[in-house]
Amino acid sequence: MSSNANTYDVVIIGAGIVGAACARECARAGLRVAAVEADYVGGATSAGMGHIVVMDDSEPQFALTRYSQQLWHELAPELPPDVEYMACGTLWIAADEQEMQEVRRKQQYYGARRVPTEILDPRALYEAEPHLRPGLVGALLVPEDLVIYAPCAARFLMRQARAHSCDLYLDRVTEIRDDGVVLQKGGTLSAGTVINAAGTWAPELTPGLEMRPRKGHLIITDRYPGFVRHQLVELGYLKSAHVLTAESFAFNVQPRVTGQLLIGSSRQFGVEGKGIDNHIVAGMLDRACEYLPELAKMSAIRCWTGFRAATADKLPVIGKCPSRKNLYLATGHEGLGITTSLATGRLLLDHLLHRTPAIPLEPYSPSRDMEVAHA
Amino acid sequence: MRDAVQMKVNGIAIRVPRGSTVAAAVLLAGRSAFRRSVSGELRGPLCGMGICFECRVAVDGQLHVRSCQMLCREGMEVTLSE
Repeated sequence: MSSNANTYDVVIIGAGIVGAACARECARAGLRVAAVEADYVGGATSAGMGHIVVMDDSEPQFALTRYSQQLWHELAPELPPDVEYMACGTLWIAADEQEMQEVRRKQQYYGARRVPTEILDPRALYEAEPHLRPGLVGALLVPEDLVIYAPCAARFLMRQARAHSCDLYLDRVTEIRDDGVVLQKGGTLSAGTVINAAGTWAPELTPGLEMRPRKGHLIITDRYPGFVRHQLVELGYLKSAHVLTAESFAFNVQPRVTGQLLIGSSRQFGVEGKGIDNHIVAGMLDRACEYLPELAKMSAIRCWTGFRAATADKLPVIGKCPSRKNLYLATGHEGLGITTSLATGRLLLDHLLHRTPAIPLEPYSPSRDMEVAHA
Repeated sequence: MRDAVQMKVNGIAIRVPRGSTVAAAVLLAGRSAFRRSVSGELRGPLCGMGICFECRVAVDGQLHVRSCQMLCREGMEVTLSE
């Protein structure tokens, strides 16, 4: 089946924001690229929050989120208005003295790695966010964190890729071979390199890849401009996001350029259906109203779900697949795929071109032992 | 009007019969355009039963209140977006 027209240097499976970022990097480097998307550009990405956030669960997570955030800062002047880039910063909110200790620990950690932060006392916190409930102890402001509208960001990255040398196929890959991929609608794409960036679907094409879908709900409100000015996250979020139990909630609210508020967040394992779980939405809204009591009078206009691709050690899988000749993986980003997409694309390209990467790739290697890091 | 409530629509005082909806009060105040859509078009009540969300106004500072679903109260201040 293969002809010149169907022959590429790289085939990328999945055009969510990670696949799109890989496609853009490869195409800009002059490689001939095919991106294959089974659904629409920005698939699971479109269900996410678009919070570009530096995280400190582990050194590799910090390195990847910080590096990628810097790439977003560099890209900012090129982003079209519909990406709604907003340099609002994150406020990590402390509800008690124990969480305030975490604020101070976080500040030291970030400070030692040259990420600017500022500790807000209660007065500064209520000046910054007057609608937060009384009685909070303080917060850590991370001013270089930002917010984007991720579906449009994914489409922008894909447009840039296509403006160079990337073809987009709206089709489903049914099989990865050593010399390319087989498409559901018939035919094959030949390529020396295949990148599986199919998010939660990646294990279907690459069996043995250890990932679980972790369901999340989000709610968006009508327009209340100025009500919230930063991405607000409770420090309890860390407890919620880290505990690998069946379900958890955390207060996480994002202001949008439109004045809308995006309300999160929930995490569920072992749930297959993508329908709305009312008890989860109720739990999220209760938590959000605890921190922002006036939310209770506001209108929510939509609610939806999505599935994060979660690995056991909470790090993505980026690099060469050990069991296959020409297969690379770029998946398992869980809730941080929008943040870490640009770095993922850049690191993979560096690897393919045998260039020295800005940060070591080994911690994300598909052949690492995830259980060690988990324990 | 013996059984009336006193309120304001865009700062202008009006009296309406007790039991009137806010939408009725706004119409009595002479306004048929209640708000502008996101793309700038004029909008006003359509369904009158809380489904279409076209009649949203601000009531005492609370944005996006469906005026057809709320009854007027003494001293209420209704604001229409211009």
